[in-house]
This record gives sequence, C-alpha cells and structure tokens, in this order.
Amino acid sequence: MKLNTLLIVLLIFISCKQKSQKQENSLVKEGKALVVAHEDFETDLKVYDYEGLEPLLNKKDGKVYVVNFWATWCVPCVKELPYFEALNKAYADKNVEVLLVSLDFPHQYDSKLKPFIKDKGIKSKVVALDDADMNTWIPKVDSTWSGSIPATIIYKDDDRQFFEQSFTYEELENQVKPFLN
Amino acid sequence: MKKVIKLLPLVLLVIAVSAFTVDKIVDNQGYKIGDVADDFSLKNIDGKMVSLKDYKDAKGFILTFTCNTCPFAVQYEDRIIELDKKYASKGYPVIAIMPNNTNKKPGDNFEAMKERAKSKGFTFPYLIDSEQTVFPKYGATKTPHMFVLQKTKKGPVVKYIGAIDDNYKDADAVTTKYIEAAVDALLAGKEIEQKETKAIGCSIKV
Repeated sequence: MKLNTLLIVLLIFISCKQKSQKQENSLVKEGKALVVAHEDFETDLKVYDYEGLEPLLNKKDGKVYVVNFWATWCVPCVKELPYFEALNKAYADKNVEVLLVSLDFPHQYDSKLKPFIKDKGIKSKVVALDDADMNTWIPKVDSTWSGSIPATIIYKDDDRQFFEQSFTYEELENQVKPFLN
Repeated sequence: MKKVIKLLPLVLLVIAVSAFTVDKIVDNQGYKIGDVADDFSLKNIDGKMVSLKDYKDAKGFILTFTCNTCPFAVQYEDRIIELDKKYASKGYPVIAIMPNNTNKKPGDNFEAMKERAKSKGFTFPYLIDSEQTVFPKYGATKTPHMFVLQKTKKGPVVKYIGAIDDNYKDADAVTTKYIEAAVDALLAGKEIEQKETKAIGCSIKV
C-alpha cells in the first residue's frame, strides 16, 4: 500500500518535471534564450585534433597536470572518473589540475558526452580528441602506449609518467605526490 | 565440523578474490615481430574447438582480438568481414578471438558472441579465450588488436602487429590499409613496409 502511494507521488513528480521543462522551452521562444545559451555554454566542449591537444600535454608552468584518456562507454574509465574528480578537488590548492580527454565518437558528443558531463556534475576540465590517425598520435602521447584506454599521463614541466592502467584513488594519489615537491 | 562447513564459503571467497588479484598482473611482453607463435585450441561459437593446425591449406592468418562491447572493435567489424572475404581464398583467413573476462563484460559472453556473429554474418570463427591464456602470449592489450601470422616450417611466424588501417571512425576516409598492405606483401614474397602500428582500443578486461 505504502509502496503504491510512493509510486504515485513519484509519477506526479516526474510529470511535473516534464511539464516544467516544457514550460522552459516555451519560455525560450518568448525571448529568454540567454539563460539556455548560458547553460549550453557550460557544457560547451572543446574538440581538438592531436596537434591542437599537444600543447595541453606539454605545458611548462610549474603546475602538475593529470591527463586521463577516457570515453563514456569505457567501463573501467567511468569507474575511475570519481577518483580523478576527487583528486582535482583535493589538490586544487596544491597546484594540481586534472584534464579529461574524451575519445567518444563525434556523433555522440551531443547525445552522450555532454549529457554525461552535466549529469555527473564533472568539475574537471573535459576536452574531446577527434583524430582518426591513431598510429600517428598514440606514440606521440607516449612511446610505450599500446593504445588502450584508460590511460593517464601525470606531468610537471619536463617530468612525466605514463600509465596504461586503471587507478584506485590511493594509487592515483601515490603517483601524484612525488610531483608535488 | 559444522563450523568448517560454515566457513567454507568464506574460504572459497578469499581464494577467488586472491586468484583475481593475481590475474590482474598481465604480462605485456608478448610476441615480437619474427617470433614463432604457439598454436592454441579455443572454443568457437559453434561449440567446436579451433586450432591453427586445422588450417591445412592456409598460408597464414589474420588474427584479431576483438569483442562485442568495445565501440572501437564494433567500428571495425565490417572491415574484418571484408578482410576475410578478400584474403581467406588467398590463404590468409581471419580468426577472431574474444579475450575479455565475461564476468566483467557479460555483453561478451558466449551467448552474446553467438548472437553478434549471427547478426553481423561473421564468415570466420569467433573463438573465446575463456581461460585468458592466449591473449597474454600475443601481448594483446586491447580490442581490436591485430596480428598477421605466416606459416613457415618453424611454425606460424608473427609478421605484423597493430591496427587494421589509419581511420577508426570512417572506413571511407581510410588512406592506408595496414593489414592489406602486410598480407599483400607476404603473398608477393616481399618485405612488409610497416610491421607495427598503434591502434586505439578498449583495454582487455581481466
């Protein structure tokens, strides 16, 4: 009995939510497009080919960069994503920055990747790499990379480490700490 | 005695967990170009065991480690079928091996493999590396991961390792077909120009 009531309440909530979304959409037509445009801007996604991405893998500003190659459909990648998020938050004041490089397919940027970033509330910077000529850019990321994801680079100026593996939070933290000195 | 029986599931769990922990350490030092590959005996989706030695008339093999669930592998399914259609009659048939732990990836289990092969119309065997002993020997790290073997008196020799071609997204935009170039060279008795390439892929689930 209780369960039924709960279900009904839930259904009402859902239908209300849909209604309010519809209302929002109609509001857009009435000239409040700015708000929506701003929301879109938040999930705006920078898409690079490797040449465009390369400077982000080779900054020399004394900061520690943790660069993770991932995709929304990659189960071990998604599993370890919260650890990168947690690291980004916990070490923000220690000059550490996380960059998430998505290898999702371009036709899924709008349908999968952007909603994923929004729904999970991802705070780390996310960019997409769209460069089909993998044999050219994989060895440039790291000469030892066989090409599987997840893969992660940790670097500070000229010091760098490459990992073709999954991480736990502790493992990730342990690899980042030596870069902090 | 009762106590022991009660404890048994726990003991088994500990053993199972520790077994998986050991499994995590995958030896990436697989075959190099020029190495002689060991034969294998793996179960095909039709239930029969398949080995390289079964192919009496083959000159070699196009071996692919692939699976149902990796989008990069799926992108290449049609191109793998085309490779088999083009080269099986010339003596280089495709053999596909699914290397993932199906507990981790139920979408790659034996039934799912059968369905995928049927719906895509695979013209080649689709084998399951259920003990996960074959892919480490090859040093396969991801799906898709390709190996071209040439039969010699010493055994099957690894001649090419890497990608199928240079565009994982769009078959129509490919400029270099690495596998075709490698097999064509072998058929012509020439040296393969590009013996190793890097391919993007999904890590093999252990």
